[in-house]
Amino acid sequence: MDFFEKISQLDRRWVYLFLAVVVVIAFLTRFDVPVTITTEVKSIYDRIESLNEGDKILIAFDYDPNALAELHPMSFAILEHCQRRGVKVIGVTLSQYGAGMAENILRTASGTYSDKIDRFREYNQGMFEKTNDNRYRDKTYKKDWEYGIDYCFLGYKPYPALVILGMGQNFRLYFPQDYYNTPLGELNIMQGVRNYDDIKLAIDITAGNTADFWLIYGNGRYGVPLALGLTGVMGADYYQYLQSGQIFGLIGGWKGAAEYETLVEFQGGKAQEGMPAQVVAHLTIILFIVLGNLGYFLSDRRKQATVTQQV
Amino acid sequence: MQETFILPLLWHLLGLVLTLFTFSFLYKDNPFYKFAEHLVVGVSAGYFVVLLFWTSLKPKLIDTVFYNFSNEWFYILPGLLGIMMWFRFSRKLAWVSRYPIAVYIGIGSGLAIPLNMQNFVNRQLSATMIPVGFGSATEFWNIFIVAGVICGVIYFFFSKEHKGLFGGLAKIGIWVLMVGFGASFGFTVMARISLFVNRISFLKDVIEIFFGSV
Repeated sequence: MDFFEKISQLDRRWVYLFLAVVVVIAFLTRFDVPVTITTEVKSIYDRIESLNEGDKILIAFDYDPNALAELHPMSFAILEHCQRRGVKVIGVTLSQYGAGMAENILRTASGTYSDKIDRFREYNQGMFEKTNDNRYRDKTYKKDWEYGIDYCFLGYKPYPALVILGMGQNFRLYFPQDYYNTPLGELNIMQGVRNYDDIKLAIDITAGNTADFWLIYGNGRYGVPLALGLTGVMGADYYQYLQSGQIFGLIGGWKGAAEYETLVEFQGGKAQEGMPAQVVAHLTIILFIVLGNLGYFLSDRRKQATVTQQV
Repeated sequence: MQETFILPLLWHLLGLVLTLFTFSFLYKDNPFYKFAEHLVVGVSAGYFVVLLFWTSLKPKLIDTVFYNFSNEWFYILPGLLGIMMWFRFSRKLAWVSRYPIAVYIGIGSGLAIPLNMQNFVNRQLSATMIPVGFGSATEFWNIFIVAGVICGVIYFFFSKEHKGLFGGLAKIGIWVLMVGFGASFGFTVMARISLFVNRISFLKDVIEIFFGSV
């Protein structure tokens, strides 16, 4: 049995182990990987950049803890961008386990998150500085981002299609109070906000079919300018909506998040940090695919030659 | 060690143990993986039940019916439909549950069918009716979009045998699909590696808490 035959019959666990070792080494050694900016990510950045200070946007954090690794970096980068631009964010979640995710990322980005950041280096530690009142805030932004004024979180309600349709009539229909039971009328940010007409755009950061609901009901029914932030698995399936103009931008997985982090000039963002491991992992998988296919074709050719000789 | 520090430390330790339990499946199925899997399912189900009660059942049914009955009495109707759904557990009275299911399907279909057609079919069709030619780069690349869509659709047309020119176009359709699958696979690899790297980052952080910088 030669090398190619052996490789084509290799136990998959050796592949897992090899891949794990390679990824861990790449992650720990950390080398620079150039991140090229794609138009679909840049268009989201440009759109937020074009907003005026005080404009309001809606961000739906529709993902569960199992997609945290992929979607938290892009959520954070977008929130950071909004914070710098003075754009106000109305947060919502239509994913049943998304409330914790949304609250976590909003608090982290707002700089009011607990000292966990310091202790466990949960998020881009280098970007934060400790304020006199023992809070953390982004070094690059000089104003605090306050709940109720600059951002709010409406919480979770089940049945995404109905909630999206309901918010098109009036946010108060499904969310008479925010996540912390404060009536929306008491939140400064919600003054003058009735429905989608009063927000500039919506971004759905999602790991599930809420993207479809936002496309059908948010954009299709109410014409909300929509952008999507998606997990890698979903990324390829939504490019056609970009071409058809149903969405104005798309951030796909870590690569998209790394692009956004580059655009907002993060130093050591989570997605950028992981790109070397991504590159090495993809190269390893390409190598295995090539070797596996070579092994398959060579052994197939040999079998055919043996059959011809026997005949 | 401060008291406030112990609790997050324990949570991270639990996270570390459960991560290792889950990764053990890569070697082979085992009781540790099973434990982690069942824990996730159980915790998720419990969380969802509680969440549904506080975000839907209580504010939309209990509060309205018991505390604001005169203004919002009609909320009792979906409440009754919900109760009727539970009759599925009785063999004799299971037919009662068909009524709420019928209402649910009716509303769902009414909402979904027209907008689905408009957004997933009509708008995608109109996005394919684009100028093609050699006048500009966009027009040139549009040729590939239009040809790719036509060949892809031909591949799924089974009322005519895939032979001759028709078969050739269907074969191009397969290649177009393969390109799509390849892109999906690449994205999927990226997704899975992202999750793995995040776990490695987490494990590194926890190890650093206990043993110092790695």
